[in-house]
Amino acid sequence: MSSKNRYYNKRYLYLFILLSGILFTACTQGKSNNSNHSKDYSKTKVFGEMVAELTSPPHVPPPIGNRPAMKLYMEMEITEEEMDMADGVSYLFWTFGGTVPGSFIRARVGDEVEFKIKNHPDNKLPHNIDLHAVTGQGGGAEASFVAPGHEKTFSFKLINPGLFVYHCATAPVGMHIANGMYGLILVEPEGGLPPVDKEFYVMQGDFYTEGRFGEPGLQPFDMQKAYDERPDYVVFNGSTTALSGENALQATAGETIRIFFGNGGPNLVSSFHVIGEIFDKVYVDGGDQINSNVGTILVPAGGAAILEFKADVPSNLVLVDHSIFRAFNKGALGILSVTGEENEKIFAGEIMEGIYLPEGSTIQKMPKDGNTISAPVTMTKSELIDTGKKIYMQACFACHQANGEGVANAFPPLANADYLNADVNRSIDVLLHGLSGEITVNGKKYNSIMPSQQLKDEEVAAVLTYVYNSWGNNGAEVTPEMVNKRRKK
Amino acid sequence: MKTFMMAVLAFLVVTNTTAQEKSMALVDGGNYTPLYGVGEQADAEVLEFYLDINPVSYSDFQLFVQQNPEWQKSKVKKIFADSRYLSNWENDTQAPTDLLDKPVTMISWFAAKAYCECQGKRLPTVDEWEFAAMASASKKDAREDSLYNVSILRSYEQPKTYLKTVGLSPANYWGIKDLHGMVWEWTQDFNSIILTGESRNNGNTDAGLFCAAGAIGAKDMMNYAAFMRYAMRSSIKANYAITTIGFRCAKDALPQKHITSK
Repeated sequence: MSSKNRYYNKRYLYLFILLSGILFTACTQGKSNNSNHSKDYSKTKVFGEMVAELTSPPHVPPPIGNRPAMKLYMEMEITEEEMDMADGVSYLFWTFGGTVPGSFIRARVGDEVEFKIKNHPDNKLPHNIDLHAVTGQGGGAEASFVAPGHEKTFSFKLINPGLFVYHCATAPVGMHIANGMYGLILVEPEGGLPPVDKEFYVMQGDFYTEGRFGEPGLQPFDMQKAYDERPDYVVFNGSTTALSGENALQATAGETIRIFFGNGGPNLVSSFHVIGEIFDKVYVDGGDQINSNVGTILVPAGGAAILEFKADVPSNLVLVDHSIFRAFNKGALGILSVTGEENEKIFAGEIMEGIYLPEGSTIQKMPKDGNTISAPVTMTKSELIDTGKKIYMQACFACHQANGEGVANAFPPLANADYLNADVNRSIDVLLHGLSGEITVNGKKYNSIMPSQQLKDEEVAAVLTYVYNSWGNNGAEVTPEMVNKRRKK
Repeated sequence: MKTFMMAVLAFLVVTNTTAQEKSMALVDGGNYTPLYGVGEQADAEVLEFYLDINPVSYSDFQLFVQQNPEWQKSKVKKIFADSRYLSNWENDTQAPTDLLDKPVTMISWFAAKAYCECQGKRLPTVDEWEFAAMASASKKDAREDSLYNVSILRSYEQPKTYLKTVGLSPANYWGIKDLHGMVWEWTQDFNSIILTGESRNNGNTDAGLFCAAGAIGAKDMMNYAAFMRYAMRSSIKANYAITTIGFRCAKDALPQKHITSK
């Protein structure tokens, strides 16, 4: 850029600062915790130096607390490696630091960062990093452009606090992001964020594979689907299982929780929600503005937000993208398991809780005719199966899926399921009374809740007969009489 | 006398090329549109040329290094090759024995250029390489063929393809093998997209391959495979020795054509 240009740009900058000053005096209503708008952190002095700790998701490095601005050294290695995206499904991810999303970076406004980026020699491609927290030159993209088997060091000063996305910006950019090259950088304000008990790092991403959701094996990237914005997977932290089962986030009732939530995209905007909680505090878009008492937040691709809430009662809180088919059909589900003492004042425990069930699967109003217990209508096995299939598609399909395959780590399969085939009466009881707690189906553990189904005896018989006569199950027939007997127990 | 000289020259050229032709394929010239067009000159003309059928293997390069000690790893001038140059070799003259039939990598642009010159050849230009590489088994220009594009992209995604054996994949329209799916290849003017004065003037600044800027200069947004090749080329310098970059040589076809047409 010529010096003349720079001169003009500076003039515009001053004009902008002047105008924004007028705007702020005119409108001081906005709720905001910042007193920093006018502060110029580019002049902040640094005191001492340290090596920054970067962490893999869902972990977050320790808070900056009261420390002054410092010179920070950090290193990140770029890898191209095959990892699991779902049970039995793998993908060749491109990563910052060996994980998707990449390592979490935590710094303070005013810090001077010396960033070393290393491209593993076995990698096929050049990469770089564009940090949205960095001012100038593609957010570092140009300075960090590095061939395989090489490393680059560049430095920058953090002059705006907030939570920001970083990502690879090498052509073809869409493909680098679609393969998992994104993460979060937190720039804390002076004095740090208020302390909380637990902090987590969760990032959403959409993935485009040759095979459909759940199709096993190594799945190649599908350029056409990415272009059409038709993902097969929408997941948190790079895998359908990253935040469930053994990997569920853990907290204790009464703890205050902060989630650094980012959306890597490449395409989709997230409607992030935690089932069973309300966000006490949301740092909107990861910036200074704070909103209170929010249920669902919108996070754009390449954007982030900070969410805080108190885990009041023990339960499994479910993290979802509330564009809900993504949650139940594409993997955008995670569990935050809260253990501890029940607090009946807040939650009495009588109402079904924990898992959002799309329309059709919760309490349904059945046709009024024949509502009182009438003599059971006799149906042949094939009639039971026909009727059962319709009921299945209304009441069961959302969780157990069209072919009974279930959803890994959330909803057990019905297809060829040992738990189902072992005991017909138990299956009837599950429909009548619901089921919660840990069970093992086909060698995998599930620990979630199925509500009791408001179905008539004939309907229970029909849907169970349909299930038992589908997808390799044992072909058992369940009659309305059998259901009625179990109901009376 | 003049005709006699020409005849001798023609004989020399013909015998020389026949020896080399066995390992090279003739690529007819033509026009094509590069991914990054230069100004109004959107089409680039490629003249008829020969290109090696296979990438240069470790055993080929071993012979070269034995005959040209200045390119042995302990003797090479530091400005011509970085510290990873032939770093997987057992010693100055011995390539790793299990890699002899694999494409040689970890060689710098300078070394690749010297190798080709030693054979009376040269490195192909980016345009020549791209022109030859847009051919599928049946078509000269298969860039419109979505299946072909997908297969290239797929092969680029596979890790460790530099350990594949040279010459086993099916040949393309010109009879050339392994242009895709094995190693990236050095080209004579690999950095021209980024570094020449003209391309800057035409809006292809050195930021040309980052983020949105990468799309501004490009002619074919869906050619992701080409984006990957151009990004790779622009990330390297001539002294880099990289695990995933090999090379093959080219040769002008025109002198021979000139003579045979007489």
